[in-house]
Amino acid sequence: MMAKRIIPCLDVRAGRVVKGVQFEGLVDAGDPVEAARRYDEEGADELTFLDITASHENRDTILDVVSRTAEQVFIPLTVGGGIRSNADIRRLLNAGADKVGINTAAVFRPEFVQEASSQFGSQCIVVAIDAKCVERNSEGLPLRWEIYTHGGRKPTGLDAVQWAQRMQAYGAGEILLTSMDRDGTKQGYDLPLTRAIADALTIPVIASGGVGTLQDLADGLHQGGADAVLAASIFHFRQHSIPEAKAYLRSRGINVRL
Amino acid sequence: MIIVIDYGSGNLRSVAKALESVGARVRISQQAEEIKQASHLVLPGVGAFADCHRNLTASGLLPALWQHVEAGKPFLGICVGMQLLFSEGHEFGIHPGLNLFAGPVIRFATDMADPEDGTRHLKVPHMGWNQVQQTQSHPLWRDIPDGAHFYFVHSYHGCPQDPQVVAGRADYGIPFTAAIARDNLFATQFHPEKSQRHGLRLLHHFTEWRP
Repeated sequence: MMAKRIIPCLDVRAGRVVKGVQFEGLVDAGDPVEAARRYDEEGADELTFLDITASHENRDTILDVVSRTAEQVFIPLTVGGGIRSNADIRRLLNAGADKVGINTAAVFRPEFVQEASSQFGSQCIVVAIDAKCVERNSEGLPLRWEIYTHGGRKPTGLDAVQWAQRMQAYGAGEILLTSMDRDGTKQGYDLPLTRAIADALTIPVIASGGVGTLQDLADGLHQGGADAVLAASIFHFRQHSIPEAKAYLRSRGINVRL
Repeated sequence: MIIVIDYGSGNLRSVAKALESVGARVRISQQAEEIKQASHLVLPGVGAFADCHRNLTASGLLPALWQHVEAGKPFLGICVGMQLLFSEGHEFGIHPGLNLFAGPVIRFATDMADPEDGTRHLKVPHMGWNQVQQTQSHPLWRDIPDGAHFYFVHSYHGCPQDPQVVAGRADYGIPFTAAIARDNLFATQFHPEKSQRHGLRLLHHFTEWRP
């Protein structure tokens, strides 16, 4: 039987892992290759690097990080952040990434996703979607979400469900769905959002944004209907290990790879 | 020397790095003369069946590949590199394959019920870790537990006419062929180079395989 995937995510800036700590900004949290190895040894099912190096900084450092990781870690590696062209994708794949995450560039020019998937295959194109709730009913239940860019600051007017369907039609192999309402809050995934997108698509959906507890992971898979769950801080600050997370999910009747 | 055939279908480096990590001497090559010297040959492949077949044909490397296979030397196909060994692929039309294994490569249906939630459909591509049941004993399965998880990314799967060649089976809505084997040929629909310790073990056995 197919296992649900647990995907630790590392934010990488100029070759170092960074973590946002509330009220303190970004702190250095170590060597990404070392962190990737630890997650691999612990049994992570995949890894994601999100390159948050600003465009004026040295962007080639991520290629070195990816290359060194791919020499030592033999699970799928997705790299996202700042990818704007097929040339960017080729460089990352050549360095050893297995998939790339396209976010803002898809919003500005959706055809880019078509070009990327037809050149490299859908299997390596993950479209990252940042969505925010824009309409609730009188009981406060969410009715509609929109795509936002710039870390949730800029609305685009694009309906999240329709956008996800369009990205699937354009050849996305997978959707990485982040709730901008929940990201960083530790209140759990936006389950109605996750469910709405997962039900509307035939490609896999990775839930992201808001994990605070192991129960949140189970909820994202059960109630959210996600195929995989992505989390950063609960693993990175060793609040929980990957084996703990898997043992918990298994105790909740979820099939995981042990 | 193990040669990974470079015919313009990505993912070569990860295969080569995984083989290196289990101690093999590996070269990625697009030279027919070099391929003819290989002790072991690996045919990787990602993307569409027809593109891969066209690229492989255009590469001019097929005669060297056939020579290796016919000499009885170890050969490993991975993902689309396995699919290409079948007689035909049904992705974007019907296209001929290398016909080393009789049977078509067909798409998963998108209306297969999810066994864990009957109200939903299984996602296609089949992407993630699935258990592989070993349907025959084989040197490449040695010390790998039956039912071990391997990493898959694919929408199409090969259907061999001869059940004897099935070496591994997995379930995704339907039982499908996850590995095939005959004589000096072994091929996997999953990616051993991305399947952590069990995948590395399989690759290690391949490097030592003397069929």
